[in-house]
Amino acid sequence: MNDSARAKPLPTPETQHYWDGAAAGELRLQRCQACSKAYFPPRPFCPACGSRGVRVFAASGKATLYSYIINHRAAPGFTAPYAIAVVQLAEGPRLMTNIIDCPQTPEALVLDMALEVAFQKLDDTITLPVFRPAGA
Amino acid sequence: MRRNQVAVVGAAETTRLGVIPDMSQIQLHADAALNTLADAGLKPGDIDGLACAAETPTQLAHYLGITPTWVDGTHVGGCSFMIHVRHAAAAIETGLCKTVLITHGESGRSLIGKPPRSVRADNFEGQFEAPYGTNGRPTQFPIPLLRFMKTYGITQEQLAMVSVVQREWAAKNPRASYKDKLTVEAVLNSRMIAYPLRILQCCLVTDGGGALILTSADRAADFPHKPVYVLGTGESVETPVVSQMESFNSSRAWRVSGAQAFREAGITPRDVDHLMIYDAFAHLPLYGLCDLGFMPPEATGEFIANRNTAPGGKLPVNTNGGGLSYMHSGMYGMYALQESVRQMRGIAPAQVSGARISVCHGNGDMFGAAGTIIFSNQR
Repeated sequence: MNDSARAKPLPTPETQHYWDGAAAGELRLQRCQACSKAYFPPRPFCPACGSRGVRVFAASGKATLYSYIINHRAAPGFTAPYAIAVVQLAEGPRLMTNIIDCPQTPEALVLDMALEVAFQKLDDTITLPVFRPAGA
Repeated sequence: MRRNQVAVVGAAETTRLGVIPDMSQIQLHADAALNTLADAGLKPGDIDGLACAAETPTQLAHYLGITPTWVDGTHVGGCSFMIHVRHAAAAIETGLCKTVLITHGESGRSLIGKPPRSVRADNFEGQFEAPYGTNGRPTQFPIPLLRFMKTYGITQEQLAMVSVVQREWAAKNPRASYKDKLTVEAVLNSRMIAYPLRILQCCLVTDGGGALILTSADRAADFPHKPVYVLGTGESVETPVVSQMESFNSSRAWRVSGAQAFREAGITPRDVDHLMIYDAFAHLPLYGLCDLGFMPPEATGEFIANRNTAPGGKLPVNTNGGGLSYMHSGMYGMYALQESVRQMRGIAPAQVSGARISVCHGNGDMFGAAGTIIFSNQR
């Protein structure tokens, strides 16, 4: 495994709050003040109604496992096999992530299992939200 | 758009398909274009409209010696060519041009004259997917599949039958990359790539190309081959990041594109004799059968497992062998269109006898984009 080759996000002005939140141990989503929809990925307007009246909030970190693949091929910064998952957040949006503290097998990764957010520091500027089985 | 106002009057693939290390990507475009011009009995100077995706129309116009009055560089992945057909039909109908050449060439395997695919670190994919270890399409495109299988009770064995029946079609096609018989056991014992998909459920990676020439239906009778009419068309896009699809049980872009094409054509799925569904991975024909309105999603696995899409079945699907067995250079839509045109001309290696209506559905950038063309050989 070679962490230096791992793909790292490059934040933009519209997404910086999300990455700042992750570094501070918070999963930050946005909610539209006009239509109340919580959404992800970050942008300074509501993708459901177009309103610019949106607010950043800290999500609960509660989620369920929505779907995944287990990659069996080599990838920079990862040791195969590893799962790439999409989780359903309690607030509504879904996001891609990795599942930690859990065997990377179909037997252990059961759809709809309860998960909670954790944070994985990549370097001084980037911390990734990841998920682990709830109560693990 | 009105039905049957525009027709395909030229269609051909590159002389060779497979591994072509002696041609750059733009030459694959040109090889396909020259074969197609010959098929239609035309010269480059007869073309006044040009569309392509893997290269720009400017590159191609200059390379081929064409002076277009209409160009389309829509590049939304593998269904770009379906969308080019749709846009070309509209342009011809409204008089923006008379004779459109759509070319595709892709050095997908040999990577000659083709930059490698790169992911930007600052867009949604680069920020919110790539850091979790996505590493090419096999790690992204199948992500919705486990949810689809759970929601609709689709089994691994049913899914494996997609590869098995497409190999049966490929066995009838001399130009197919793989023709050896497959079994469900062989598919389910093949090397795991991205669970739940194995190597025999992932497309080939090859070199090749294809091109089409379209003109008004009124002019089409003057060409050497039987015209293939454009009966209906559709297109849409949804999201560049698979994790943000509205649903993992269905593709919005596919539904919108398909419904538009059927509405325009004035037909229902019951009227369809031949169907092409872009198959970069084995789950796509299942999504296609439901999102294009052929059946409810829970029926798709059994429908394929019961050989309804196989040779002799009631709905022949991917009769060239598809991206799984025929060829797949990266953006496969052009090859699906070529097979629909061959079926409508009545010259396909695995010809569906008496076929009058062919539906050709493509996706692009995974589930990100879709284009649907409905062809007929009767005006």
